[in-house]
Amino acid sequence: MDVTSSVFDRELKKGSAELLILSLLEVRARHGYEISQLIEQRSEGTLKFNVASFYPLLYRLEKRGWIEGRWVEKAGQRRRRYYRLTASGKKMLKEQRRTWAEFVEAMRRITGVGQSV
Amino acid sequence: MVDFQQMVRERLKDIGLSPVREAEIVDEVAQHLRDRYESHLSNGVSAQEAERQIAAELYERDLARELRDIEKRWSEPVTLGADERGSFWSGLWQDVRYGSRVLRLNKAFTAVCVLSLALGVGANTAIFQLIDAVRMRTLPVKNPQELAVIRPNVDARAGRIHGYMPSVTNRMWEQIRKRQQGFTGVFAFGYEDFNLATGGQVRSAQGMWVSGEFFDVLGIQPILGRLFHREDDHAGCGMPGAVLNYRFWQREFGSDTNVVGKTVRLEGHAFPVLGVTPASFKGITVGHGFDVAVPVCSEPVFNPEQPLYTLPQGWWLVAMGRLKPGWTLEKASAQLGSVSAGIMEDTLPPAYQEDLRKKYLSQKLYAYPGATGLSQLRGQYESPLWLLLVIAGLVLVIACANLANLMLARASAREKEIAVRMALGAARGRVVRQLLTESLLLALAGALLGVALAFALSAALVRYLTTKPGTVFLELAMDWRVLGFTAGLAVLTCVLFGLAPALKATHAAPARIIRLAGRGLTATRERFSLRRGLVVTQVSLSLVLVVGALLFARSLRNILTLDAGFQRDGMVEVDIEFERLNLPPARRVPFRESLLERVRALPGVIAAADTSVVPISGYGWSSNVVVGGQQVDIVVQMSNISPGYFRTMGTPLVIGRDFDERDNQQSPKVAIVNQQFAKKFFGGDALGKTFQIAADRGEKRYDFQVVGVVRNTKYYDLRENFEPLAFYPEAQDDKPDTWTQMMVRSDLELASVINGVKAAIAQVDSGVSVDFHPYDRQIKDGLLRERLLAMLSSFFGILAAVLATIGLYGVIAYMVARRTNEIGIRMALGASPRQILAMVVGEAGSLLVVGVMIGAVLAVAAGKSASTLLYGLKPYDPLTLVLAAAGLGAVAIAASLLPARRAAKLEPMVALRDE
Repeated sequence: MDVTSSVFDRELKKGSAELLILSLLEVRARHGYEISQLIEQRSEGTLKFNVASFYPLLYRLEKRGWIEGRWVEKAGQRRRRYYRLTASGKKMLKEQRRTWAEFVEAMRRITGVGQSV
Repeated sequence: MVDFQQMVRERLKDIGLSPVREAEIVDEVAQHLRDRYESHLSNGVSAQEAERQIAAELYERDLARELRDIEKRWSEPVTLGADERGSFWSGLWQDVRYGSRVLRLNKAFTAVCVLSLALGVGANTAIFQLIDAVRMRTLPVKNPQELAVIRPNVDARAGRIHGYMPSVTNRMWEQIRKRQQGFTGVFAFGYEDFNLATGGQVRSAQGMWVSGEFFDVLGIQPILGRLFHREDDHAGCGMPGAVLNYRFWQREFGSDTNVVGKTVRLEGHAFPVLGVTPASFKGITVGHGFDVAVPVCSEPVFNPEQPLYTLPQGWWLVAMGRLKPGWTLEKASAQLGSVSAGIMEDTLPPAYQEDLRKKYLSQKLYAYPGATGLSQLRGQYESPLWLLLVIAGLVLVIACANLANLMLARASAREKEIAVRMALGAARGRVVRQLLTESLLLALAGALLGVALAFALSAALVRYLTTKPGTVFLELAMDWRVLGFTAGLAVLTCVLFGLAPALKATHAAPARIIRLAGRGLTATRERFSLRRGLVVTQVSLSLVLVVGALLFARSLRNILTLDAGFQRDGMVEVDIEFERLNLPPARRVPFRESLLERVRALPGVIAAADTSVVPISGYGWSSNVVVGGQQVDIVVQMSNISPGYFRTMGTPLVIGRDFDERDNQQSPKVAIVNQQFAKKFFGGDALGKTFQIAADRGEKRYDFQVVGVVRNTKYYDLRENFEPLAFYPEAQDDKPDTWTQMMVRSDLELASVINGVKAAIAQVDSGVSVDFHPYDRQIKDGLLRERLLAMLSSFFGILAAVLATIGLYGVIAYMVARRTNEIGIRMALGASPRQILAMVVGEAGSLLVVGVMIGAVLAVAAGKSASTLLYGLKPYDPLTLVLAAAGLGAVAIAASLLPARRAAKLEPMVALRDE
């Protein structure tokens, strides 16, 4: 178990991971494995989900009504569950983006981290 | 490759998800793991290493724990198959939901079941509450079972009998107090209505005379001030004070906590308020509350001329006592018996004639149970109430039979469904439980509605039985025992009949039932005869109830329409009281006449007259008469009246003349008698003849000459036979009272008559108290018992008939449905629709005839037990029986026509194809 994933797992519970998932679903519907792969790839391995935390998180988002899952069967494939953003999920995404931006900006002002980025 | 699904499933084992949800999660997460595995392999990781990494990731965190907060834990959904894992309770919620859905779908069935149950349960509970209130509830005082009523064993009351159910004179009570040994304390009380107003419209308060020991022996503590004690109650006490009832204190004094020391005016006499009784104490008589209590010794203040307090033949008190520890009623009675002779000797009213003296002296005092207080209602209403309870019980039986029938029909109809479910692997117990749940749901709904109905019905009954506004007639409390019992019975019925067919249906091999479903296994003779039996029972019982309802309704009608000898409508009784004016006796009759003159002069008043006894009021004055020097052993009812009385009442004078101004104190005494009097004592020819009233010892007997004969009229009670009556002119009364009752006949509206009379009397003197009673309403109030019986038995009778009709309809409709195939064959073979119609109606008719025949026998038997409650009818009145049977039959046949017509309209080919 690497440190980043452990830290990130904790973050999952704090809610920042929600933003990641919601953002990835903004463009189109995706299945769970795809979402977790995208996070891993786009963060170049920095952010990594444990499967046992990731699915419960998805279910929680679904239960809140922000995302909606649907079983889809495609020819020659096993059936997969695709998640898409709901209307309230979109609203939540917007809100979380704003909060996150404010948070990052605040961190930047204090720590100076990410100034040049 | 490892079985990822199994891996995930194992991690979810203990969480208790619904199988469907579990499968979904397993599917999704396993898919994820599989994808990961394949990605590892494509990156060149060995299969073994890939498996290890995936297992490590999955086991690193506790999937079950993470899910537990998010996923709803589901109760075990149990399919109707044998589920080894399911506990007994698992799937119960599903059963309830399924059951309520089924019931919602069958609205008519559900409504009939629930209503039948509710009416049965509600009616029984309500009526039982009434019985309980009238008959069985003990007094709300300390250790009521120790209380006893002390009274003579024979009724030797003669003289002045005053108040509510009096049984002793004051002298007798004082002797009882002196000589009794079996009681830790004894007390006496009596009832009196006090007028709170000083002139004008009367404002009545229910008053109570109480002896000094009353509150102490009962163990009542005041909430304000103090109550009476022995030392307050002594001869010549005057007006020591009054004790108020809690409600009266709230109503009249606005719950003023400084009320002690203020005064309450009773008949114009100012009594200082001593204290207030607690809210829980409502008096000692069922159906007769009290507002204010004053000591027995204050009575002479109200009746200074002839106080009951000192009158040897004044019967106005009830004596009670609290038994000493270890003393029984028998022992106390024995002790009282041993001193009775002495008590009677010492208290014998000197005015009593020889035969009455003998009777009086032979009296023995006894102690009777007093825990439930005293009540006239008990005697009046007990048997009708028990009868009503029996009727309500029968309704419950009919309702249960209906329920049974409906449940049977339903279970039969669902046989195929049950068979399919069992063929699919449903366990028998599981199917039975499903049906049981449905029955229980029905029973519960019915019982709940029954509770609501019981509340509403008993409230309505009390309102109906409360004739005087503002008086508390009865306190009804919800009787949970009865409710529990009746609801339990209903539930049991539901369960038994819901279950029996279910058990039976689940016995048979499913395949057989499915094959036979069109005709159904249950169309067998056996099951069907049970349903027929139930319908016959229903029809016969409801005939009994319909006959009963008709008998009581016709009795009431007989009483209401019988010829009482006078016209009841368009009259107002005006109670007039003028004691406050302190008129000497000689001026009282002229004063009354002046009031009469004023009232007669009012526009719209047709006639008006005074009388000392209002017919059918329950009050009276009677005595023996002496004809030809011989005392006749027939009691004659009497009344003092003013001229114009018969015209006012609408009673025709048969012969002779009415009283007029010629009849006064100086002229010879005269009387008018009724036909019955003339017939009994003078062979019909009474005019000009004389008779005497049997006088008390030492009193002068006057000759009365008959100057007129009037038609027979009722006196105490509408139900009585015509008795001999004698009327005397009030102008010749040598002891005229300070009160009278004026009967006013008018064609105006009631309110304007009352206002007119009130104003006219106030013009003469504002100190005169008046109270008004519309006469026909008063008579109707007097028939409360008959009306209650007629109303409730009609209600139950109709209900029973409706239930029986529904039952019959159900059976016939069911029969038609079951025999559709057979009907098709008959029609194919040439039966006409008319023949089919006749066949079906004939089936209904035969059930009806058997039911009616059994019912008729039962009705005659039942009628006999109710014969004392009937008037002008025999219990086996043939007309009533025929009417009831015809009515019930017509409705029932009409109901069976519906399915019969449906059968007759069947297309033979469709019917033959019917499965």
